[in-house]
Amino acid sequence: MSDNRSVGLVKPQILTFAEDEPMQLESGATLGPVTIAYETYGRLNAARSNAILIVHALSGSAHAAGYHSPEDRKPGWWDECIGPGKAFDTNRYYVICSNVLGSCYGSTGPSSINPATGKPYGLGFPVVTISDMVHAQLKLIDHLGIDQLLCVAGGSMGGMQALEWAARHPQRVKAAIPLATTAQHSPMLIAFSEVGRQAIYADPNWNKGDYYGLGVKPDAGLAVARMVGHITYLSEESMQQKFGRKLRNLEQYGYEFETEFEVESYLKYNGNSFTRRFDANSYLFITKAMDYFDLTQPTGSLAAALANSTAVKFLVVSFTSDWLYPSYHSKRLVSALTAVGADVTYLDIKSSWGHDAFLLEVDTMTNLIDSFLSRLAREENIAVPSPEEADVAGGAENVEATPLAVQAGAAM
Amino acid sequence: MSHELVSRNAGALAALRPDLCAIAEMISPGAKALDLGCGNGELLEYLTVYKQVKGRGIEISEEGVLACVRRGLSVRQGNLQEGLADYPDGSVDYVILSQTLPFLDDPAMILHEMLRVGSSAIVSLPNWGYWRCRLELLLTGRIPKAYDLAQRWYEAPRWQAVTVTDFARFCEQIGVRITHQTYLSRGRRIRVRKIKNLRATTAVFMLIKAA
Repeated sequence: MSDNRSVGLVKPQILTFAEDEPMQLESGATLGPVTIAYETYGRLNAARSNAILIVHALSGSAHAAGYHSPEDRKPGWWDECIGPGKAFDTNRYYVICSNVLGSCYGSTGPSSINPATGKPYGLGFPVVTISDMVHAQLKLIDHLGIDQLLCVAGGSMGGMQALEWAARHPQRVKAAIPLATTAQHSPMLIAFSEVGRQAIYADPNWNKGDYYGLGVKPDAGLAVARMVGHITYLSEESMQQKFGRKLRNLEQYGYEFETEFEVESYLKYNGNSFTRRFDANSYLFITKAMDYFDLTQPTGSLAAALANSTAVKFLVVSFTSDWLYPSYHSKRLVSALTAVGADVTYLDIKSSWGHDAFLLEVDTMTNLIDSFLSRLAREENIAVPSPEEADVAGGAENVEATPLAVQAGAAM
Repeated sequence: MSHELVSRNAGALAALRPDLCAIAEMISPGAKALDLGCGNGELLEYLTVYKQVKGRGIEISEEGVLACVRRGLSVRQGNLQEGLADYPDGSVDYVILSQTLPFLDDPAMILHEMLRVGSSAIVSLPNWGYWRCRLELLLTGRIPKAYDLAQRWYEAPRWQAVTVTDFARFCEQIGVRITHQTYLSRGRRIRVRKIKNLRATTAVFMLIKAA
């Protein structure tokens, strides 16, 4: 990737709200103060109409593109799609990404300090939902002085947030791009979430969520949870291609319980590295939020839930080998959107990468998203921000994009 | 319409595949249209740009959907039957089916569905009643290709030969009325309606439900 297509160095930002009046959560509980970590890329135009909110999946963060320091080995998690001339073109759009409520990358979550006790919340953190995550994002958008987002886009749990925006706040968003997602977490998805949670509960170091500052964390449990999760993000075909039955550093079977197969070693590596970057309690809270997600409630009808969203334009994408969020979940959504008369574009992209495809099928996705957004910008008369236009968003400032040839190369 | 737009419109219309050009002429400006099997979106783009039509498409192939999205169209991937089923009754003015009828397993069901969703249906179809087709069968004893469908009988997806007369009878049988018709012979409009089944290589019909 050439360096001039990176957003360069970016600075993480935070917004704190609900300091005086706590935030009302869907469960009935309250939370305050609430901090939301976010980043922005590109510039807001004078009409403040070119803002796109990127919403992340289970283990994602606000760091969607660029680098925090010239020493960073890897760019943000969706760097391949966010930047000058990329799918979400930062020359044309003002791209925002925030860390979800309940996570551990700067936004308030179970590892944050509870002001009432002076200690981390742990299990004392209230259970949050996708709707609560979106309410926190609304606060951020208000803070940035944006009345209506041009688009909300994301895959997996990000897709759920995109749908929540479109269904429950249609006046605040012109378009939604839900990728590899569902309008209702299925029993199978809940089951996988629960296996992950049980692995964490079973780790004695979890200590009912009270492990902060003790020097030991439930790493074994979290690693198993991640391994299960990781399997569900792949497909049999991609595993066959990637690992086959290959052995690791062995000519023949050892007839013992060491790590022998490539696939075992891969899972172990991914599970372990995940424990260095993610909090076990956040894993519990975020998977729970996904399990509660059901857009059909309270009426039981998806079409009824989307009846007020007919002015929102949708680009729905699924992937043929995604067995975690199979294509028929997206098709059901598309059927409901068609039935209410919404403007919906849908493609089931042929891919062997399983659920992970939404991050890997970059060419097709770029093609689709770029065309969809161009049409949107044309139909809605969205002006490209002029180079002189200062960053007018309150509090948001982007470090000047700097070419990062060496780092970008290293990140590949 | 400005002078420039009129001339560009004429150019764009002429550039369309001849049956699509005939279909475009049947559609009133500003209407809502659903194009079944819209391919690369050629017709929908014309209708959107020059006739201010609110267009939607259903297309089975990934390349087709991608091409349509590149043209700025709203298209969903899927088969015709599933796609049509999602649309409420009378939700569009026209449902279009171009050169696809010979490939349908159950044309009566699709035509009824088209007329459930649309006030009118527009269907173009290649005509195996064309005199050269008849002559080819007579002289060579082999199943002829339709002039406007360059595909042998064994190539996938498989077609079922149909003639103008067949289609007119079929419409009558299933309670569908033909309101307008245009006949093309090798891309050119036939003005005289006589012996059209012998002369036409493609026919375009506008249909409504028989009262």
